[in-house]
Amino acid sequence: MIPAAFEYHRPKAVADAISLLTQHGDDARAMAGGHSLIPMMKLRMAHIGHLVDLQDIADLKGVTIGASIRIGALTTQAELINNTALTTAAPILKEAALQIADPQIRNVGTVGGNVANGDPGNDMPGLMQCLDATYTLTGPRGSRDVRARDFYQSAYFTSRKDDELLVAITFAKPVGGYAYEKQKRKIGDYATAAAAVQIAASGGRVTAASIAMTNLSDTPVYSAAAGAALVGTACDAAAIKSAVTAMLLDINPASDNRGPVEFKRHLAGVILGRAIARAFSRA
Amino acid sequence: MNDLTPDQTARATALKGMGSSRKRVEDARFTQGKGNYVDDIKMTGMIYGDFVRSQYAHARIKGVDTAAALAVPGIIAVLQAADLAPLGLHWMPTLAGDKQMVLADGKVLFQGQEIAFVVGETRAAVADACELVVVDYEELPVVVDPFKAMAAGAPVLREDLAGQTKGPHGDRIHHNHIFRWEVGDKPATEAVLAGADVVAEEMVYYHRTHPCPLETCGCVASMDKINGKLTMWGTFQAPHVVRTVASLLSGIPESSIRIVSPDIGGGFGNKVGVYPGYVCAIVASIVTGRPVKWIEDRMDNLMATAFARDYWMHGKIAATAEGKITGLWCHTTADHGAFDACADPTKFPAGFMSICTGSYDIPVAYLGVDGVYTNKAPGGVAYRCSFRVTEAAYFIERMIEILAIKLNMDAAELRRINFIRKDQFPYQSALGWEYDSGDYHTAWDKALKAVNYTGLRAEQATRLADFKAGKTRSLMGIGLCHFTEIVGAGPVKNCDILGMGMFDSCEIRIHPTGSALARLGTISQGQGHATTFAQILATETGIPADQITIEEGDTDTAPYGLGTYGSRSTPVAGAATALAGRKIRAKAQMIAAYLLEVHDNDLEWDVDRFVVKGVPERFKTMKECAYAAYNQAIPGLEPGLEAVSYYDPPNMTYPFGAYICVMDIDVDTGVADIRSFYALDDCGTRINPMIIEGQVHGGATEAYAIAMGQEVAYDEMGNCMNSTLMDFFLPTAWETPHYTTDHTETPSPHHPIGAKGVGESPNVGGVPAFSNAVHDAFRSFGLTQSHMPHDHWRIWRIANQLGLHE
Ligand SMILES: Cc1cc2nc3c(=O)[nH]c(=O)nc-3n(C[C@H](O)[C@H](O)[C@H](O)COP(=O)(O)OP(=O)(O)OC[C@H]3O[C@@H](n4cnc5c(N)ncnc54)[C@H](O)[C@@H]3O)c2cc1C
Repeated sequence: MIPAAFEYHRPKAVADAISLLTQHGDDARAMAGGHSLIPMMKLRMAHIGHLVDLQDIADLKGVTIGASIRIGALTTQAELINNTALTTAAPILKEAALQIADPQIRNVGTVGGNVANGDPGNDMPGLMQCLDATYTLTGPRGSRDVRARDFYQSAYFTSRKDDELLVAITFAKPVGGYAYEKQKRKIGDYATAAAAVQIAASGGRVTAASIAMTNLSDTPVYSAAAGAALVGTACDAAAIKSAVTAMLLDINPASDNRGPVEFKRHLAGVILGRAIARAFSRA
Repeated sequence: MNDLTPDQTARATALKGMGSSRKRVEDARFTQGKGNYVDDIKMTGMIYGDFVRSQYAHARIKGVDTAAALAVPGIIAVLQAADLAPLGLHWMPTLAGDKQMVLADGKVLFQGQEIAFVVGETRAAVADACELVVVDYEELPVVVDPFKAMAAGAPVLREDLAGQTKGPHGDRIHHNHIFRWEVGDKPATEAVLAGADVVAEEMVYYHRTHPCPLETCGCVASMDKINGKLTMWGTFQAPHVVRTVASLLSGIPESSIRIVSPDIGGGFGNKVGVYPGYVCAIVASIVTGRPVKWIEDRMDNLMATAFARDYWMHGKIAATAEGKITGLWCHTTADHGAFDACADPTKFPAGFMSICTGSYDIPVAYLGVDGVYTNKAPGGVAYRCSFRVTEAAYFIERMIEILAIKLNMDAAELRRINFIRKDQFPYQSALGWEYDSGDYHTAWDKALKAVNYTGLRAEQATRLADFKAGKTRSLMGIGLCHFTEIVGAGPVKNCDILGMGMFDSCEIRIHPTGSALARLGTISQGQGHATTFAQILATETGIPADQITIEEGDTDTAPYGLGTYGSRSTPVAGAATALAGRKIRAKAQMIAAYLLEVHDNDLEWDVDRFVVKGVPERFKTMKECAYAAYNQAIPGLEPGLEAVSYYDPPNMTYPFGAYICVMDIDVDTGVADIRSFYALDDCGTRINPMIIEGQVHGGATEAYAIAMGQEVAYDEMGNCMNSTLMDFFLPTAWETPHYTTDHTETPSPHHPIGAKGVGESPNVGGVPAFSNAVHDAFRSFGLTQSHMPHDHWRIWRIANQLGLHE
């Protein structure tokens, strides 16, 4: 497992990175933590002539917390976990990040890389859909914002253009209870099924709910209907059941080593049910 | 003794001999990253080789275009079968009496099979060139199911065997058949089955998995054209056998071949055989006159080098209405893949599978095994076990549980009433083995008490009631296992590998100042030989273990031995070590007698010295004797203090143990939490309790992996589904259960120090314990058998099929 030869670039500014991407087109690829990209290169599933390492671009780093939260693309998963202010403002981030891979990978893997990668197994995309986050993309034609819920097209295909960089992720400070529930075969494995849930409640009734599922289709699945099924309810068994039923209409899992489709569909329901119950208990 | 002499206990403790939990001397380098593995070897002028491997499981090779690969800067050669044919090296013999393609000769028979060997100046250039070799395949129909392989119209896999109705192990009854091996009394067993009160019958599948050592296989071959000497460093569990094979294949005399196993990062049977990479590296070095390094990557290792298990075991067990077992019948369909490359003693094509009567007094039994070719990787090695003992133990321990269900009996009690009793040893088993010693009832009772078995069953009943009442979705499983192993192969009269008797050896030199060097025919791969063998010698010779250096793995210096696998190092080389130590002591006694001016018989051994009987202040220490051996002219004695011992064991040893696993199963998600795992091992005399505990932890963790998720599976096209560690389950510290270890000690009566071997017991006994726990959790819902691995979806499927989901 040795990658093919490539040129290595290490720009210091977003503009320099973009001009490298523009100059080399298809043949260039940005690299953040490298923990999805480098395995693909080693398996020779990705052939990359010019590797543009983003590590030295200070503008891509840092977390800002106000009414909304802005996370620089290059923020590592470990930094998310260790940022106590962020954990107070949006605790679901830490709960989810702790379920990604292992500490060594989280020390290097970035949030930006995780959401830009487009692998349906990544946990952050579903999480960002649940939070209704916005991705800021910068390219030769300037910057634009895309909602996480609109970003994913199919496995490894996103609405990001090859010459655009993901610069930051922004979302409104979440309110209410949260849960990130994930089943995997072992530490370091992608989800067999995972659910991201945010629930706001008042007087024992759900006032708003947002639900997204991971690794149960070729993209993350934001299920508006599942969230809607909870609103106005006391989140009892019947309500959870209708949310699960709605979610099951939105996912389309494939059979693989983690199990056949029937198992995944059943498991998706169990995991979502548990996530809803936990989020509501915290709301 | 004078007043300054420490007492016996203090002196014995200072030796760190047998029984001491001496710290592993290897760990200083391993824990600091200072080990010296094959891939650490760098030589001037060294070049690299790697394989172009088949994408298909079964295809004819119509052509191989190497032009683009040869154009890559730094590429020296691309070897194909045609290049090896003039040397007769395009095929090689396997340890099982079959032959295997080194490079594809006209066709490929499994995905990942070696087609061409690319040699170049840098590892990177070789990887680039491999990608540029264009292979023209014509796909052929694929057979991955051994039962389909034996069907009348099945595709012919081994065209090279066309018309051969005799194989190395008797008649071949079909073009994809390898051998039939039968042991025991078939008619008598079938008569018992026909007349029995109760017969339980099941198909028990032990799935295909892989030893997956942390370090993959590899070598550096270096042909010195000036002196004609071939040196090869590699991941060899049996370096001397590799030397003999290399000599027989190449025609180079053994005296001009040096095989070195440096540090080995785990073997587990994966590094016993000879692989195409070794042959190609040697050829490439002979052709280029330069050292050639070949190292597998993880995918190569999982896809192409030796797998383990893949046994379909059809069993019938007969008993009286009271549960006394009257007979055992087993027919196994053994999937060996494309070539029969099992590593078993020659006369045992299914290894020691005939230990499948287990710990039980079974009057009559029959075992038949049919070996079958399929389009899967070759192998069938003993993954942390002695030659198919894991399969045998899993089979009998499942059959016992299935019989208990049929009899509606407690499975612990069913075992107890069928155990071979202590007074029956040495015990002749129905399938031909002589069990040397054992005390199963004592071990079993101790285990049941330690885990509070009655309490556990009561708790399980409550849990079940709660489950049925809708109060919980979790079931509790209690997994029992009492295993008996057969290790320490083995007596030369019936055990050999490629004709080499399975003795082992030790050679000791005592230096003038009383420290020592001992060399053995075995090779450690993590077992801690440098620690434990020094302990045996310390006790035998009175030289502190810390002053004894153990060397293994270099055929130029170590005495001939058959290597390390099948838990044979302590039973065989350990015995040689003890006996060589005794030879040292015998000579030292004569020296002491001379120095003390008494008769030999007037001396007695006291920990580290010879003392004149009845005159304790008159003594000579081993250290003093060693010095005298080199600086005194002793009449009638040669100078020096050395000894060699080659040990041919009179019998195997039979370690045993009682394992109990308790798990909680979430029926909705299929997640199984191992709540506790109790492992009682009886490996006879215990040399280093700490190392035993470490071996049990390691082996039980591999057992956990195998039972609960690890597999090598193929789709219908013969694509390997688990070729990376993303999908091949190796537990991390997080998943690994916590173990409670315990022991009884029943020394082997025929072994010089009574030791039996322990490294593999936890794998042999662990798999049934984990698997039985899963089955036990669902027993009251009618489950009798569900094949491993018990990963989440398969456990979920059990619950689903039993109607436990709404
Ligand atoms: C053993 C293992 C287990 C893992 N388990 C999990 C898991 O359970 N859950 C999970 O979510 N992830 C898992 N991962 C993936 C890990 O989280 C990666 O770090 C992450 O997916 C990618 O982040 P990265 O910074 O490493 O990105 P890289 O690998 O550098 O990049 C990934 C992709 O995103 C692109 N990219 C990166 N940054 C940008 C940017 N700023 N703008 C535009 N494009 C960009 C790259 O071009 C590339 O195509 C695992 C990885 C490993 C090796």
